[in-house]
Amino acid sequence: MRNPQLNGDGSLQHLLTIEGLPREVLVHILDTAASFVGVTEREVKKVPLLRGKSVFNLFFEASTRTRTTFEIAAKRLSADVINLNITVSSSTKGETLLDTVDNLSAMYADMFVVRHSSSGAAHLIANHVAPHVHVINAGDGRHAHPTQGLLDIYTIRHYKKDFTGLSVAIVGDVLHSRVARSLIHALTTLGAPDVRVIGPRTLLPTGVEQLGVSVHHDMREGLAGCDVVVMLRLQNERMKGPLLPSAQEFFKSYGLTPQKLALAKPDAIVMHPGPMNRGVEIDSSVADGPHSVILPQVTFGIAVRMAVMSILAGN
Amino acid sequence: MDLPDAEGLCEELARKLRAGVTESTGLVGIRTGGAWLAERLHRELKVSTPMGTLDISFYRDDFDAAGLHRQVKPSQIPFDVNGRHIVVIDDVLYTGRTVRAAMNELFDYGRPGKIELAALVDRGERQLPIAAQYVGAALSVPAGKLLRLARDERGKFFLRLSDAKPAA
Repeated sequence: MRNPQLNGDGSLQHLLTIEGLPREVLVHILDTAASFVGVTEREVKKVPLLRGKSVFNLFFEASTRTRTTFEIAAKRLSADVINLNITVSSSTKGETLLDTVDNLSAMYADMFVVRHSSSGAAHLIANHVAPHVHVINAGDGRHAHPTQGLLDIYTIRHYKKDFTGLSVAIVGDVLHSRVARSLIHALTTLGAPDVRVIGPRTLLPTGVEQLGVSVHHDMREGLAGCDVVVMLRLQNERMKGPLLPSAQEFFKSYGLTPQKLALAKPDAIVMHPGPMNRGVEIDSSVADGPHSVILPQVTFGIAVRMAVMSILAGN
Repeated sequence: MDLPDAEGLCEELARKLRAGVTESTGLVGIRTGGAWLAERLHRELKVSTPMGTLDISFYRDDFDAAGLHRQVKPSQIPFDVNGRHIVVIDDVLYTGRTVRAAMNELFDYGRPGKIELAALVDRGERQLPIAAQYVGAALSVPAGKLLRLARDERGKFFLRLSDAKPAA
């Protein structure tokens, strides 16, 4: 089957998921992002690449970091950005997703950045829009959050230089996490040899080891000797039925404390996609401690999103 | 066609530049050929200001047609451009579009006092009102050919002529 993200010549038309993307595409995005990091340190933090283009931020689900960094990224590329606050727009009056997209396309949209609680929403839009329009998935249900996965691997590459020999532990609510799925695909594509997922049985998807990861239910065992610890947010809003005894109970077993972190390598980095639940999945002393690269992740997210937008717009 | 010796042209360019640059001049090479050249000239002219390099991929005027260049590298301007005398260095001056992009990028670092242009080869056929103050040699090259600076494994410069890729 044709990869719906790629053009006939193998170049990126949309960014919907990291799954199935060739290694060269990921490396190209990371290398381009590195050049954009330099741009954000200059007197004028803008380049004219997307001058005259209109980027529509279409967020059907709450977001602060992702929506803001997409907006900053588009503005630094000189695009016009239109943010749609969907909770007060027509969808609450019953307009379908594709009708909304058609109407925005009639306003000359060149790019849609889409977040939706339904898995596959960005695919649906990508299959529907005109050939010159690009779609970026900014998170769809439990499925994928490709730009988060990309900024995560950018952050890992920044601090660890390369992926060979790297041990990465992904901890917590993997079941509901599109961030975890995107990161696992990115890491295995780039050749990270040891990716571990750690969590209670109820919060790990069945068959997750088929993605090329090892599974641990004991956090101490899973963290032993790893280079990177990625903590996931406990997604209470997506939980249907009782998967956990309580948040306190979860913290006891799977919260990242200085004692547990001490089992990782001494130079291990700690990441979190945000928003953090302090005292649930991560202890404040770790979140604000010397191993934490959680705020640099946010900053790198701007450059990574600039890279994705400019590569798509040029294809 | 016979191509001139790039090493000889480089010496000629250095000789001409010597009269125009001072300690505080900022030499800025355009990636990749211009950056190699700037590196060499920076060493030979003993300029104390560290040299800069520009990757003009984010400023190209053919982005809509050609897309983003496959290998973008960060630009590096390790000095304050405000008020400074800057010499932009490129291997081959042709349409002038690359130089236009380079000047636009420089202005995003600040307001230079004066910008001059040095090129190893000027092949004419300008499409913009741009001229070089320092030129190694003028050379007529058939349209549709790509002329570039290359380096052998010992770092020796030579010119290479190839067929230009058809526009995407």
